[in-house]
Amino acid sequence: MTLLLAVTLFVLAVFLGMELITKVPATLHTPLMSGSNAISGITLIGALVSTGTGHTTLTTVLGFLAVTLATVNVVGGFLVTDRMLTMFSNRRKRRE
Amino acid sequence: MSTPDVISIGYLVAAVLFILGLKALGRPRTAPRGNLLGATGMLLAILVTLLDQSIISYGVLVAGLALGGLIGAALALRVQMTSMPELVALFNGFGGGASVLVASASFIEAVDLGRADNQLAVAAALTALIGAVTFTGSLVAFAKLQESLKWSGFGGIQIFNAAGMTAGVVLVVLVTAQPGEWAWLWALVAVGLVVGATATLPIGGADMPVIIALLNSFSGLAASATGFVLDNSLLIIAGSLVGASGLILTRIMCVAMNRSILDVVFSAAPVAVVGDGDEIYEGKIASTSAEEVAMLLETASRVAIVPGYGMAVAQAQHAVRDLMRTLQDSGVEVVFGIHPVAGRMPGHMNVLLAEAEIAYELLLDMGQVNPTFAQTDVTIVIGANDVVNPAARTDPDSPIAGMPILDVDGSRTVVVIKRSLSPGFAGIANPLFAADNTLMLFGDGRQAVLDVVTALVSG
Repeated sequence: MTLLLAVTLFVLAVFLGMELITKVPATLHTPLMSGSNAISGITLIGALVSTGTGHTTLTTVLGFLAVTLATVNVVGGFLVTDRMLTMFSNRRKRRE
Repeated sequence: MSTPDVISIGYLVAAVLFILGLKALGRPRTAPRGNLLGATGMLLAILVTLLDQSIISYGVLVAGLALGGLIGAALALRVQMTSMPELVALFNGFGGGASVLVASASFIEAVDLGRADNQLAVAAALTALIGAVTFTGSLVAFAKLQESLKWSGFGGIQIFNAAGMTAGVVLVVLVTAQPGEWAWLWALVAVGLVVGATATLPIGGADMPVIIALLNSFSGLAASATGFVLDNSLLIIAGSLVGASGLILTRIMCVAMNRSILDVVFSAAPVAVVGDGDEIYEGKIASTSAEEVAMLLETASRVAIVPGYGMAVAQAQHAVRDLMRTLQDSGVEVVFGIHPVAGRMPGHMNVLLAEAEIAYELLLDMGQVNPTFAQTDVTIVIGANDVVNPAARTDPDSPIAGMPILDVDGSRTVVVIKRSLSPGFAGIANPLFAADNTLMLFGDGRQAVLDVVTALVSG
């Protein structure tokens, strides 16, 4: 990928992100944050590649730590968001 | 179809799932599905990544995934809703930390193989800086939220931070200019770790929603920068989506406090309490009892409840729910007025009240609730202070002048439940407590609300 193409992706995704988020009700700010936080754990796939190549012991150790931290971020983030959102929707079902 | 093609297509589908997921997370009805879409995208991304033929040692990967998955699940399933800000701070930090490690490992490998060029170096340097700042900044925010860290820095910390950030920028240039010399990168990581911590130290509790949102944005930007290091389109897209959404939330929080982000990050911590609260209010405070409040509520037709961080500290949300139900059973209309920065993270109060099974239709934001205070008989303020301080409206010299507040003083009677007259985070006296239509109910938030409920039921 050329640098220009990468920068293009970056800029377009930033604009898209802003468009997606602008009108979110306050009720959802916390789940939105923890959910998007889980998505930022995408760095996990980078960790998988850079660890899996097994270049040197140092890079493998750094990579293992990276995989672990990122997985905590991803798994914990999605689970806790789901827990919160279930709280919101359980109540709605009970009312209906 | 070749393996790289399969991976690329998998990444494209994952990116689309992330976009749809974020969009769905913005509406109450679709939010659970949005989270599921995001998680599906992530799973797909992980699975196709494992097809990568440069991966030769799966053992380490499986160990890391299993260990991280266990820790993450344990944290997510056991956390109390009151501690949600701490957990989100911690996860932000882990994401940032992972990005630093990935970028460093890839950079070292590239240097060893003689493939490190300026473009790779600048991307690695930016990842190292943003990721390291996110990592320690989040850990300090976590410790401050837990109140296990009370230290808010040393004299001249702002100058120290400015110097640290300058050093960071210089090191980014050095890493870029001499890509073969990876010692610069370690120095940069070290500086980032220090500055992340010292920049977060002076930030007080009331500013936490801004900082958590900002660190959320940073963790996304760090992932995006990692994408430039690895030449990975999905990292760039997903990271910048999160970076952008975090910035939007940061902006919403800043607007709600009438402060700029630079002001929050760089201004010195507000001066602590000027004198004792008791002297300021001497003779003007009307103290009340649970029984008196119950009598007021019995004759009310509309009641507004305004919660703040103190409600979370006192774990009073279930007691508040009981109060709401008791009032509703006798035909009183109850609404909740939520200030955007009430609590320690965006939407914190909404989550707590949802946990206590209070319908979100009753949670009114500032714009909805403010025009209704004039028709409200009793407003109960529990654990909120600065966000209901009329000085923001009336006193142009006040440190919070111009901050949008909940105009609770417009209701017929205001009951403030509070432990003592100590000022809030901003260290500013609150004229609301001394107002003619305000009654102070002193005590622990949870116990005070329960006492009122008991008085209502037995009365």
